Amino acid sequence: MIIGLAHYLTVAAILFTIGVLGIFVNRKNVIVILMSIELILLAVNINLVAFSAYLHDVTGQIYALFVLTVAAAEAAVGLAILVTFFRNRGDIAVDDASMMKG
Amino acid sequence: MVLQAITFYLLAATTLAAGVAVITARNPVHSVLFLITAFFSAAGLFVLLGAEFLAMILVVVYVGAVAVLFLFVVMMLDVDFTALRQGFARYLPIGAAIAGVLTVEMVIVATSVASHGATKGSMGPAAYPAGSTNAGAIGAVLYTDYIYYFQAAGLVLLVAMIGAIVLTLKHRVGIRRQDISAQVARTPAAGLRIVSIKSGEGIEE
Repeated sequence: MIIGLAHYLTVAAILFTIGVLGIFVNRKNVIVILMSIELILLAVNINLVAFSAYLHDVTGQIYALFVLTVAAAEAAVGLAILVTFFRNRGDIAVDDASMMKG
Repeated sequence: MVLQAITFYLLAATTLAAGVAVITARNPVHSVLFLITAFFSAAGLFVLLGAEFLAMILVVVYVGAVAVLFLFVVMMLDVDFTALRQGFARYLPIGAAIAGVLTVEMVIVATSVASHGATKGSMGPAAYPAGSTNAGAIGAVLYTDYIYYFQAAGLVLLVAMIGAIVLTLKHRVGIRRQDISAQVARTPAAGLRIVSIKSGEGIEE
């Protein structure tokens, strides 16, 4: 029983869809939406690292490192926006967040 | 080889189960804890692939920083989370249908890429060249070919830090704060007055 690239890609694909499903079913809860985005980025990282290992090329891991950086920045700014949003409205339900009338 | 397969299936199952728990947990604190579980088992998968450096970075950055940040925010906000779960059952059928289609498509693409793509004749995973270390191999590429991108990543983090501070900093009025420059600029002439008091008269004011 040999674990190949397809196994890792399948895990990443399922994890990606779990993240997408999380955005679908938790449309009001912006915290869980942010966590779903983190899951999606983790799935992307698994893909990158798996390809990097099976292609014997370290570049994929460099890209995974950059994805990690951007994910951390995104989480920090997203949560800061969330805190400001909560301060202004006293609630975090995003389905009726239409203050900017965009 | 069998041990490796068992480890892989164990870690993969834990990752996916924790991922499902993240999006279905009623309490967001539990969601964050399951997110930590998912990241930990994904780090285990990275170790299995040979990418030890990224595995440790994943644990340090995600479990140590991002997940704790989530935990702080979830516990800080006083929100009625049961009200936010409305619509969960309503969106579940369409969401599950789309997720199912997406999974099947991506798994088909992944298996065909793995069996016919560039990794067709690959001799198993090797995250770094033989005779070097994983961190050494990453550093040798990151600090040479990708040095500008590395610097740009640092800039992204700086901008994110400044953005987060600017967004959450609140100037409240009516609060007395320490004004250090005023304290330092104070001289004896401004703060001290020498008077000679006659006995029995006191001073004015």
